[in-house]
Amino acid sequence: MQRENKTAFGAMDEITKELTIPKLFFSQANKYGKARVAMREKEFGIWRPITWHDYLENVKHIALGLVSLGLEEGDKVAMIGDNRPEGLWAEMGTLCARGVGVWLFQDSLIDEVKYIIDHSDTKFLVGEGQEEVDKAISILHECPKLKKIIWDDPKGMRNYDQDYLISLEEVMRLGRELEKEKPDLFEELIGKGHGDEVALLFYTSGTTALPKGVLLSHYNMLTMGKNLMTVDPCKDTDDYVSYLPFAWIGEQMMSISCGLQIGYTLNFPESSETSRENIREIGPHVMFAPPRMYEQMTRTVQVKYLDAAWIKRKSYEIASSIGYHVADLKFAKKAIPFYWKILEWFARILVQKKLKDHLGLTRVRNAYTGGAAMGPDHFRFFHSLGVNLKQIYGQTEVAGISVVHRNGDIKFDTVGHPIPETEVKITEEGEIITKSPSVFLGYYKNPEATAKSLKDGWLYSGDRGFIDEDNHLVVFDRTKDVMILKDGKPFAPQYLETRLKFSPYIRDSWVIGDQRDCITAVICIDYAVVGKWADTKKLTYTSYPELSQKPEVYDLIEEQIRKANKDLPELVKVIKFVDLYKELDADDDELTRTRKLRREFVGKKYEDIVNALYSDADAVHIDTTITYEDGRKTQIKTDLHIRKVKPF
Amino acid sequence: MSVSKEIKPGDVLLELDGIRMSFGIVCALNGISAKIKKGEIHSVIGPNGAGKTVMMNCISGLYHPQKGNIYYKGEKIDHLKPHDRAKLGIARTFQKVEVFGGMTVLDNIRLGRHIHYKSGILRGAVYLGETASEEIEHRKFIEEEIIDLLEIEHIRHKPVGMLPYGLQKRVELGRAIALEPELLILDEPLAGLNLEEVEDMARFILDINQEKRWKITCLLVEHDMGVVMDLSDNVYVLNFGNMIVDGAPEEIQKNPEVIKAYLGEEDLYATRK
Repeated sequence: MQRENKTAFGAMDEITKELTIPKLFFSQANKYGKARVAMREKEFGIWRPITWHDYLENVKHIALGLVSLGLEEGDKVAMIGDNRPEGLWAEMGTLCARGVGVWLFQDSLIDEVKYIIDHSDTKFLVGEGQEEVDKAISILHECPKLKKIIWDDPKGMRNYDQDYLISLEEVMRLGRELEKEKPDLFEELIGKGHGDEVALLFYTSGTTALPKGVLLSHYNMLTMGKNLMTVDPCKDTDDYVSYLPFAWIGEQMMSISCGLQIGYTLNFPESSETSRENIREIGPHVMFAPPRMYEQMTRTVQVKYLDAAWIKRKSYEIASSIGYHVADLKFAKKAIPFYWKILEWFARILVQKKLKDHLGLTRVRNAYTGGAAMGPDHFRFFHSLGVNLKQIYGQTEVAGISVVHRNGDIKFDTVGHPIPETEVKITEEGEIITKSPSVFLGYYKNPEATAKSLKDGWLYSGDRGFIDEDNHLVVFDRTKDVMILKDGKPFAPQYLETRLKFSPYIRDSWVIGDQRDCITAVICIDYAVVGKWADTKKLTYTSYPELSQKPEVYDLIEEQIRKANKDLPELVKVIKFVDLYKELDADDDELTRTRKLRREFVGKKYEDIVNALYSDADAVHIDTTITYEDGRKTQIKTDLHIRKVKPF
Repeated sequence: MSVSKEIKPGDVLLELDGIRMSFGIVCALNGISAKIKKGEIHSVIGPNGAGKTVMMNCISGLYHPQKGNIYYKGEKIDHLKPHDRAKLGIARTFQKVEVFGGMTVLDNIRLGRHIHYKSGILRGAVYLGETASEEIEHRKFIEEEIIDLLEIEHIRHKPVGMLPYGLQKRVELGRAIALEPELLILDEPLAGLNLEEVEDMARFILDINQEKRWKITCLLVEHDMGVVMDLSDNVYVLNFGNMIVDGAPEEIQKNPEVIKAYLGEEDLYATRK
């Protein structure tokens, strides 16, 4: 029986246009069966395994259940919720039933959910529990195409009896019934699929405008995964922790594009709050996260370092100076002298091994970062620990990534070389363009945007960059975000921002200076870290706005900026700064859901602050209302101090 | 001690009959009577010093009233000590959290399970066979039902003293329901919490009251009128040791005496909205 199925959909070791994600899934599930664990979920404090056989059974019943609810070819099924097996089953079930999967960010606000559900013509929505169901119910009357809302966590659902609600269990029951009636239907559905059909629809977060729906085919997804795995092969015994939103292409690429082809085990954390701890328990072999996750890890280490006893601090200092030296030699591709190798070994054994264990990085072979710029300081930090961190570059429109660092050829200001089957060129205007089998089909219901991005099979990214002397791609920044300094030279503000963020006390930074005389910055302090620092200094405060405006905190931040300014040319030094009275937040449209700064928007929103920074004023008066998540509003009246940074 | 009668929802679970409790010349409870029915959330409100906490202490057995009787499932329990009342299925939380700060969340909750253990000290010391499997069973219950219900997975191994107040309150609630009580006395579970924590706690109270798994009758002492009126099936109003009225929230809101005695001339909801 197994053999039959395997041959039914052709050979699986090659990605052809005939191959689809469901076909690959079916053959992998039959290959591994009950013998191997496809995924684990930590539930009630215990890691519970789910074999490939169970995975297949669940997906089959969900797929058939959706069919019996009326899912037809090309219908959209939206998913919202935490990373959990049921979410992935629902996605895979949708694909097997020949539908199209759409993922939403779990923290999306009602308006965003409404826009995406309505724009994508979603027919079914699979939500995790009460919170997601409530969101869906509140937009139901505005989205006439939405037929059913499916939920899987029964907690709090006891009083819901609307007939458009259905539990995932019930969907699976319907699926089992249909299976009894038509036992061959599931395989027939899978067999009908073709690689060029749309598999997933992603909504890009968009730093500028409304989200655009990116259509990706099975072929796009699978070729991307194959090409990345050619560069950095994984094994089917590897572990991967899935904790970043499925609505982010990076997570789909690791869980579906790569995960399915290799057959490694996906691990789902107990809850989003426990993900760090759970990563440590699993110790994944491969990792892909946006820079903010790595920044967070660096911050954890820095803060623990500040707290540690003298002896621990000293050992860390010695170990990290050895680590940095060796990493710098590696970056420069120089040979590491014998005695440095011995010192490195000592540093590894005595300090870094333990540190890596705490961060869950003990077994990591390849750690990738992408999606936004990462500062060289963070990059060097991980290499000094012996973590093989690599930059990647890509976008949702190429199903994930197109360029990656190779082992032993890592430069922290570049993103590396294109993956196989991928061509990258720079246009005369300096824009990065890409051609590969993974380039997307187009934007959903948006031919103008498609025509702008897709020309002769080349994807126009809107990013500026160049190719350096070692043939590495250097990504400058979004074209729109590049600043022009007084001397007429272009400058990427992200570079300075990430540099500032290397300080554990600074959570977010926004650097201003386009067409201006000098560079200034708006700083958001890290409430937890600065708060703790204030505790040790016996400073009293009650809230973020108050803490941020303390003169002592200004002194602290000034010191951090001076450190970041060190070694920078005069023109790109931060001259003045202001501590913002709140953290930048995606709910206020100041950041995208993947935490990228929406420069144009904040520029308008905080116009007064920007103007004050470029005047002689030493304070700016703020009178504004803040809306909390629960709808409460508070008026904030405060004076923000403007501080000049003393030169070193 | 031999109370094991099955009580149907709607029947009287706990009855206070003419309870009088005074401290010196201060009369805290002046012969009050009340009936708490199985399955309901019955709130007790009243201004500061009205006698609410004294009433709870009388029920849980910390105080012994000078006059009057307390019946639980129809049996008199006046003479029973607090731990014996706990064995009957009466659990409580305190106005100011009373958790073991140096112990982990898990250990605190485990402690609430204590009365359900059958193994004695000797068998516990050997920790083999039945004792071990008993422990595993209890542990499963704590992990699967309580930690999951109260969403405290991320802090299960943290010492409670290190946690913010809101989470300590949650842990205390967890310890109380680990007893698997039939009647749960919640003494100001929302005091000192921020809005988000209040909403969470209100949800947990509803869950343990309504979810099929728990179905715990709740006796709630609370100052937050918005929550009291939303959650309660019945509200009992105390003032200076006397009952003013006992009835459904709508009645209470309209009752002129309550408005005068407890809230001045303000609207009942004014405290929160």
